[in-house]
Amino acid sequence: MDLAGKFLTMNLSLISLEIAVTALGLVMLIADLWLPPERKRWMGYGAAVALGLLFLNTFTSHCSCALVGQSAFGGMFVQDALSVFFKRFFLLAGALVLVLAVEFADRIAGGISEYYSLIVFALAGMLVAASANDFTLLFVSIELITITFYVLTSFTRGRVASLEAGVKYLILGALASAFMVFGIALVWGTTGKFNFGDLAMVAGKFADNKIFLSGVLFVLVGLGFKIAAFPFQIWTPDVYQGAPTPTTAFLAVGSKAAGFALLLRFLFSAIPDITAQWASLLIVISGVTILYGNLCALPQRNLKRLLGYSSIAHAGYLLLGVAALNGAGQSALLYYLGGYLFTVLAAFAVITLVLRHLESEDVFGLAGLAQRSPTLAATMTLAMASLAGIPPLAGFFGKFLLIKAIVERGAAHPAYYALALVAVVGVVISIYYYFGVVRAMYWSETVADRSPVTLSWPARAVVGVCVAGMFWLGLFPRTALGWTGEAVRVLNALPGM
Amino acid sequence: MTILTLIFLLPLLAAIALVAVPRNYNVVMRGVALAATFVTMLLSVVMFIRFPGAPVDASGYKFVTTIPGLGAEVLGIACKLGVDGLNVGLVLMGAVVAFAAACCAFDIRERQKEFYILLLTMTGGILGAFMSLDLFFFYFFHELALVPTFIMIGVWGHGERKNYATFQITLYLSVGALLALIGLVALYLQMPPDARTFDIPALTQHFAANPMALSAQNFIFPLLLFGFGILVSLWPFHSWAPLGYGSAPAATAMLHAGVLKKFGLYGLIRVALPMMPAAAQSWMHILAWLCLGNILYAGWVAMRQRDLNLLIGNSSVAHMGFVFLGMASLNVIGLTGAVLIMVAHGFLAALFFGLSGYIRQQTGTLEMSALGGLAKPLRFVAVALTMAALAGCGLPGFANFVGEVTVFFGAWQKPELQLPTVLAVWGALIIGAVYMLRMVRAVMHGPLRPSLAGVTDASAWRKVPHVLLLASLLVFGFFPGLLTEKIRPVTERIVAAATGPDVGALVAVARDGR
Repeated sequence: MDLAGKFLTMNLSLISLEIAVTALGLVMLIADLWLPPERKRWMGYGAAVALGLLFLNTFTSHCSCALVGQSAFGGMFVQDALSVFFKRFFLLAGALVLVLAVEFADRIAGGISEYYSLIVFALAGMLVAASANDFTLLFVSIELITITFYVLTSFTRGRVASLEAGVKYLILGALASAFMVFGIALVWGTTGKFNFGDLAMVAGKFADNKIFLSGVLFVLVGLGFKIAAFPFQIWTPDVYQGAPTPTTAFLAVGSKAAGFALLLRFLFSAIPDITAQWASLLIVISGVTILYGNLCALPQRNLKRLLGYSSIAHAGYLLLGVAALNGAGQSALLYYLGGYLFTVLAAFAVITLVLRHLESEDVFGLAGLAQRSPTLAATMTLAMASLAGIPPLAGFFGKFLLIKAIVERGAAHPAYYALALVAVVGVVISIYYYFGVVRAMYWSETVADRSPVTLSWPARAVVGVCVAGMFWLGLFPRTALGWTGEAVRVLNALPGM
Repeated sequence: MTILTLIFLLPLLAAIALVAVPRNYNVVMRGVALAATFVTMLLSVVMFIRFPGAPVDASGYKFVTTIPGLGAEVLGIACKLGVDGLNVGLVLMGAVVAFAAACCAFDIRERQKEFYILLLTMTGGILGAFMSLDLFFFYFFHELALVPTFIMIGVWGHGERKNYATFQITLYLSVGALLALIGLVALYLQMPPDARTFDIPALTQHFAANPMALSAQNFIFPLLLFGFGILVSLWPFHSWAPLGYGSAPAATAMLHAGVLKKFGLYGLIRVALPMMPAAAQSWMHILAWLCLGNILYAGWVAMRQRDLNLLIGNSSVAHMGFVFLGMASLNVIGLTGAVLIMVAHGFLAALFFGLSGYIRQQTGTLEMSALGGLAKPLRFVAVALTMAALAGCGLPGFANFVGEVTVFFGAWQKPELQLPTVLAVWGALIIGAVYMLRMVRAVMHGPLRPSLAGVTDASAWRKVPHVLLLASLLVFGFFPGLLTEKIRPVTERIVAAATGPDVGALVAVARDGR
């Protein structure tokens, strides 16, 4: 293909959303030069509103999200129902996290506008990841996300914990990236394909090729690191604990979801024939991740660390949807991610708002919250109940869908029944530590701080959106199920599945 | 907005309304809770009275209604409510007990707001679970009612072993509920992919017309039997019950032991028996012996108790055995009796825990060795407790007698159940009488301890719940036809489904295959 032809296949209108988000980040960096310090708070709100508008715009025909079925850069970048689903997800998460970042601004010594714009850049990486259909773009998007997160994690430079978290994330992240590049090289070396669509055509022929299979495995190592699945979960608790709370929130929601977006595409678009044979591996990883996360969360006293382990457990639940190897499972995964967005952001919103002036985010820092701010206490209770999977909240319906997808496969492979049992055991264990948090809020004997917590209007809005989202997904699943069903049809239409 | 929607929505709406009430308005909390449960009770009485004349839909349910918006057609989930003879009595019983429990929540002095919100959520959840004609919402509402139980025991519970009791009951019941969930999902997946639905009438019809494969039945039935069984304290999974009830606040114990526990039994009768008849037939022999564990073992344990609540808790485990025996008989008489006991025991368990809650509040203890002679100062309570004890050991005139005797008649018809029946009768008449009457003697008779001199009998207002529950026991004891007339057509259908000619063939195939 000549150069002009290449240029034509770039199809720039398709990446207008990514361009807009990147431009937003750049504008914020430049605006920082002129804005007086006391106005910088408004910059975060402005960016959040901009992202919110972009989110709403995805539902209109003026957005690149309306161009479903097109691809750009010679098939590297695809726009389909799945990518649109994830783009909406990331935009919403980004907007909510930016509001939390504004609330957290007092804790960040300098360069708050950089903090905002880094969040926006990470978001741009996630948007690209949603559309990546090629190893190059997969790697670029992952690096864009991960490298911004190295900085975001250690942004509170004065705290040793934050720096430690940054270094840990950097070292382990670099290791995972190295594995991934190595894997990509092996896959490319054996097949000569970078594009997922092309790879899917030939992957079946390499099902016995050890080098190709090691390449696939190494790519999975890299993605396993992003989603914090066992045995690549080691970094999670430390980084969650040490990072500034808005970073942790974005890491828990955005970064994990981006990992799952790439994982779904890689497993079901690029190598469907291989994936179909690896059911046992996925079953084992998913089951062990659930048990590891839940069991390690039991003794935790630090709230963010507890949510770190809980996020490992949830990676395991989400992997149930992958392990099911069917459309119902993938759809359940997306649904669960949607619920997880509202639930986890609600929890982190409360942590940000209540514990921002405390040095350690101990569970007992929430003591007496029921008196200090009944709204926040109720929000946290709902978030914990939703994480534990209690009706009528999003977590219950999501877990129900996942377990249904797993049991559905049980007739084909009895190990799925065992996996369903493991998931159930995990749920039972998790009730214990989630309710420990609720107990600390309502029934602590010693309350150190009784001052009421004041809430700004944007913070109220975030909490309101999260609570509404939890109830919406828990009680009225119809619309969202339509979206997730539509999104995973992309994956199922592929040959070999 | 039909009557069923109102019945379960009213407590939930009241719970939501309470969220907005300021913390120190305790009178408002109580008032709202009492008013909501009272109106719910009135509505369910109206529903019960109007039931015989109400129009029937094609699958035999009345007052059928679907709440729009909830659920998802893609998965075949819809919030469909309806009653037939099987659950009409349970809904009535649930609503009456809920009002009585709200009345008995006097002893809650701290954090009343949270308590009443949880109590109302629990009430709405239970009633919704009993009325739901959709397996998803059936489970959904039960879970909605179950979780408040754990919180209430953990926070407002009594005794040194409160934390352990909370831990144990949470663990057991969550495992039971989730096992049942796996079973229910597996059941749903047995439908052909294009016709999958959680609609109970549709599922029943489908499996009546196209029986499920035997291997699937043998996989799903145990999941439901033990999942639901744990929820009903089936021996040997019963140990959560006495301790949990012993530690729970009175109102919670009343609602859980009285109403929520019947969910598992209801699920077995409504779902497991008619949809998986072949597996039911092969498991019923095992169930017949397990139920003796409930009746005899829990009965013996009850005899040794020194704490009033633990005794009542064990006796409630024992009573569940009769329901299982009725189920195991798999005939119309036995199954009708089982449903009768479910309703009667709901009133009785609530009465017991309500009274023990009053005694605890007055005396500060439930150790029977520290009580005694209370009949003099607590005249009303003594009369009510004696009547409850007599109802508990099956005295004619109370609804429990009708249920138990019907179960025995039903079970005796099956030759292989005659030995378990004899043992169960022995357990009911001898063991039951021994611990019940010893309890009355220890608590009510003998010399009054000087430390208990200050106790006062229930005021007119505090008598209301107990009178109400006793009256219900007596009404259904003297006029069991009110219930049996409604239950029988349904149990006939279930028994026909569970023992039809096709089923016999399937069971025979299974037996030859072994």
